[in-house]
Amino acid sequence: MTTTSNAAEPSMAPMLDEDFQTGLTKLQRTRNTLHRYPVISPALVLITAVVVFGLVNDRFYNPQNLSLIAQQVAVVGTLAVGQTLIILTAGIDLSVGAVMVMSALVTGQTAVNHGVHPVIALALGFLVGMGAGLLNGIFVTRLKLPPFIVTLGTLNIFLALSLLYSGGSTVRGMEMPSLLTWTGTGISLGSFRITTGVLVMILIYIVLAYALAKTAWGRHVYAVGDDLDAARLSGISVNRVLLSVYVVAGFVMALAAWIQIGRTNAASPNVAGDLNLDSITAVVIGGTSLFGGRGMIWGTLLGALIVGVFRNGLALAGFDALYQTLAVGVLIIVAVALDRWIRKGRK
Amino acid sequence: MNSVERTPILKATGLTKTYGHVVGLDGVDLELYSGEILAIIGDNGAGKTTLVKCLTGAETPDSGHLELNGQSVNFKRPQDSRAAGIETVYQSLAVSPALDVATNLFLGREMRRKGLLGSVFRMLDTKGMRAAASKELLSLGISTLQDVSVPVENLSGGQRQAVAVARAAAFGSKVVILDEPTAALGVRESNQVLKMIRDMRDRGLPVIVISHNMPQVFEVADRIHIQRLGKRAGVITPESHSMNDAVAIMTGAMSAA
Repeated sequence: MTTTSNAAEPSMAPMLDEDFQTGLTKLQRTRNTLHRYPVISPALVLITAVVVFGLVNDRFYNPQNLSLIAQQVAVVGTLAVGQTLIILTAGIDLSVGAVMVMSALVTGQTAVNHGVHPVIALALGFLVGMGAGLLNGIFVTRLKLPPFIVTLGTLNIFLALSLLYSGGSTVRGMEMPSLLTWTGTGISLGSFRITTGVLVMILIYIVLAYALAKTAWGRHVYAVGDDLDAARLSGISVNRVLLSVYVVAGFVMALAAWIQIGRTNAASPNVAGDLNLDSITAVVIGGTSLFGGRGMIWGTLLGALIVGVFRNGLALAGFDALYQTLAVGVLIIVAVALDRWIRKGRK
Repeated sequence: MNSVERTPILKATGLTKTYGHVVGLDGVDLELYSGEILAIIGDNGAGKTTLVKCLTGAETPDSGHLELNGQSVNFKRPQDSRAAGIETVYQSLAVSPALDVATNLFLGREMRRKGLLGSVFRMLDTKGMRAAASKELLSLGISTLQDVSVPVENLSGGQRQAVAVARAAAFGSKVVILDEPTAALGVRESNQVLKMIRDMRDRGLPVIVISHNMPQVFEVADRIHIQRLGKRAGVITPESHSMNDAVAIMTGAMSAA
């Protein structure tokens, strides 16, 4: 292809299309489509999983069961929103679970043990989340350390701070003001019971999907993750974009903390164990590239749902919890291998 | 034309830049006049790219002085020169592969929707930007890029170059600077870019082009600034000197008269 504007040349518009589509095998064409619409593959996996698990055990389609899956997904699904933002900038955040725990403990402890007004207690939780995000962001942008190292460090720091602050004790939901456990309350639609926490999760997806797709900030997040130098030379203040991403992610983690309090009816220092990696799992299965710049927030929701559906479906089919973990492991490898394959076709 | 009377659009005096013991620029002067294409040539290490970086704020000179339209300016970051109306196409192109053509054209200066959608919800005017991008590409004679919603990574090298040049042409209000714009291109693609450079000049936008390619330089340039060992060895025109003379001045075998 050339950029000649010679009138004797055939018009390039059809040629561009031709270049994509003709002379390609069906496989290559599929690959190009998947590349252009990265949400397709996780959506297909989810649909297949829902159909298969429904066939294996008809209790799967039970409204109570589907409501349960939604509730189980709410916390990880929310954390994964923050994780997606960071991975889109070609970073990674190992500290999401620790930040969430820290935020939940500050909210719970201040409200119950220090008698702080619940609104203030929540606000403190959000401040802690955003402050932790800011700290990660400062380390990444000012000290120029790789996000993996920074968040590996802050993961330990935040967990230790959480335990030091709480003395390892759990604040129980029944002692808390109702605002803090509001995310655990629900609305019943027939036999479906949707908790406020699930609705809050869906809301944060809508807000960030909009911000990423429809605002200049969103374009800049993609540009920074796609090619940092190109973004800088295009006049984007890359450090400001990165800092904003870490702070917004911190806010989302505090939101996850609130949902977590409602879901488990407690603010406990002992819940973070798997959440860091689970959030990365959701992002990766959702088709967002760990190399940055590619992916969609809705893919992450699908990824979180896929993990939830697999765990629930396998449990209903009578498999041990270890097989659920095994299945999730296979899913991750398959998802990343698929991403590799889709990408290779374009270069 | 009486060049003594004309004020240059962009004027650099005594630019010096050292990297440790290495002297990148050693008191370089440069003048760019309106409606001209100024080529900068020189051997490797002669200070071409450093010179351009000092003009755009990508590097800050140790000493020296810059004037834009007679006004003293001081660029600390590339954004500063952009804000002043100087657009640069870097050798690395500075386009984001995963983003589409229109998004790349408007990257960093997106258009927002009118009314509340734009002011409160910060919504981008995607349609408006795509239309403007198509129009801009068409006005530059790039008929080969009809679909501005295609990701840049799907384009050929020449088309990517066209996107980068189009961005500079669209937003450069005073000066456009191109660093080796044809280095990676084939013959036909190069000709296309050269045509775009001439079109910009004909629209009144002065252009600075760094190039290694002597025939191309002699084809498009109005004046040729020759760098040698961090200094300006001379300024010639394609009429006053031959290509051999230019090479001789570049290598020090001859001094510019």
